[in-house]
Amino acid sequence: MSHGIQVKRPVFGPRVARIGLYAFLIVSAAFFLLPLLLIISNSLKPLEEIRQGNLLALPVRPTFDAWITAWKSACTGLECGGVRPGLWNSIKIAVPSVAISTLVGALNGYALAQWKSRRANLIMLLVTIGLFIPYQAMLYPTVKILSSMGLFRTYAGIVLVHVIYGLPYTTLLFRNFYVGVPDEISRAARMEGASFLRTFWSVILPISTNILVVVAILQFTGIWNDYLLGLIFAGNDNLPMTVQLTNIVNNARGSVSPNVNMAAAVITAIPTLVVYFLSGRYFVRGIAAGAVKG
Amino acid sequence: MSSVSIRQIRKSFAGLTVLDSVDMEIAPGEFVVILGSSGCGKSTLLNVIAGLDDCDSGQILINDVDVSSLEPSQRGLAMVFQSYALFPAMTVRRNLSFGMEIAGTPKAKIAEKVAWAARLLQIEALLDRKPSQLSGGQRQRVAIGRALVRSSSICLFDEPLSNLDAKLRAETRVELKQLHATLKSTMIYVTHDQIEAMTMADRVAIMHKGRVEQFAEPQTVYEKPASLFVAGFIGSPAMNFLKGHLERTRRFKTHDVCLDASSYGFATEPTAPEAILGIRCEDVNVVERGTPDSMPATLAFTELLGADALGWFDCLGQRFSVKLTVDAARTMQKDVGFRFNMSKASFFSAATERRL
Repeated sequence: MSHGIQVKRPVFGPRVARIGLYAFLIVSAAFFLLPLLLIISNSLKPLEEIRQGNLLALPVRPTFDAWITAWKSACTGLECGGVRPGLWNSIKIAVPSVAISTLVGALNGYALAQWKSRRANLIMLLVTIGLFIPYQAMLYPTVKILSSMGLFRTYAGIVLVHVIYGLPYTTLLFRNFYVGVPDEISRAARMEGASFLRTFWSVILPISTNILVVVAILQFTGIWNDYLLGLIFAGNDNLPMTVQLTNIVNNARGSVSPNVNMAAAVITAIPTLVVYFLSGRYFVRGIAAGAVKG
Repeated sequence: MSSVSIRQIRKSFAGLTVLDSVDMEIAPGEFVVILGSSGCGKSTLLNVIAGLDDCDSGQILINDVDVSSLEPSQRGLAMVFQSYALFPAMTVRRNLSFGMEIAGTPKAKIAEKVAWAARLLQIEALLDRKPSQLSGGQRQRVAIGRALVRSSSICLFDEPLSNLDAKLRAETRVELKQLHATLKSTMIYVTHDQIEAMTMADRVAIMHKGRVEQFAEPQTVYEKPASLFVAGFIGSPAMNFLKGHLERTRRFKTHDVCLDASSYGFATEPTAPEAILGIRCEDVNVVERGTPDSMPATLAFTELLGADALGWFDCLGQRFSVKLTVDAARTMQKDVGFRFNMSKASFFSAATERRL
């Protein structure tokens, strides 16, 4: 009997395992990408090709006509201006909502992480409860409150609603991040004479880049894709793209043009895709990273 | 140079007493080490002095001014943290200048101060790096630099060397001592390492369960520990202890053995006869078995430590450590006798555990 280390031979060699892994990943990616591929390929077809009914066929004579129609002349209810006006409305709503809810959430989260008492935990619990209540349950009271403030169906109103509905989420994410930041850093800043806000601004925010990006992306996606709040609170002048997209798709007048609908859907989704592509690196880093070192 | 007075500081957390009427008077320019095992309240005391933690009652006086209600930055002191707590997003230069920027110090003055501290601590080459690009020892220097630049007359250290490796720790220890000699500021230094305490301190405060057990010069703490806890805590190996009776004739009786304690300077006349004799390993003399006035002892094993050696003996049902020369340890016989150097011994009351 030899006393060497017993090496158990794996059933498959490393190469086979690797090929299997890639095969699995490619199939998964295809599964998730297929709807996107379908929607893009069909949006490039002229209406006649669509009428032939073969959804999976690639466009024979690709054309951007449907995209142009969706962009500037598809009818959203009474107006026929495409999704173009909605793009600006969505940007106008999303940018300040994301910025305010992220920054205020960071400040909230830092304050709650610093405040070590039973009351702070209670407040955190209440904030968390805010996360679990569905929007639909809060709609009617919110409408009443905003009307009494004269903000119902106004631009300021929709931004305020997004900020407030976003705060429990952003506060929780930042609080959990800041709990992992060593306390001594804040104490050192206090020894140096920095106020709470000064510490937050000069010491804490600069080490929060990753989590800021993560929260901002999540907030941006959520607010951009929001339909319900935009429909109810934005008012006719500020309807976001998502509402206009639905109006195009549900437009009862005239013929149904699936290619235009699909083009409009892709156009509406482009901004979030761009944001993911531009900041994906930070996003993964921020999700994976714990607190700072050093 | 500033004096610090700590008066009747009490603090408790959820029913647990962390600080139990702590009193300390620290003279200007003194290097005071607060020594204790973890959980004894030493770091809490430092944070109370700094103003980072509140206390339940008591006063902190700096230069005879009550600062108990002042913010940390208004107390005119600086602090070096255990984890260094450098600001991660700032360069070393900004780490050093941040406090002065907040205080509104003129730019030229800031630059001058930073340059001075960087030269003193030899971190000039590191000024434009971020803390994450520094080694542990370099971060340590920057943290000390940050405490120095504001020219506070009092400097607090919270176990600043505990994250360094042994060699670097010994070097930094010497440098800190030199720094104190140069700057002559008052330094309060918290540690659990008794070597740091013995080598650096002008006076050591030994804390146990939120109380200061003894506050004295290091050598006094070693030679004349004020309580049983201090005697067991200071010194490695720990002091040897023997329980017994102290008679009016100044004889210590234990296990049918009578020891003459007349050479011992009693601080207080013992009220109860039960007492504990403490004797350091270097104050036990090993003699031949049967020598008059000696106690029989049996060698268990020896440890050679390079420069000297330790012998572990069984005597009167107790394990004793005895300091030996290496040669003596090599040729040590199994059955020997002990004689104690009674003038260097310590007696403690068995009831109060205080020194007699």
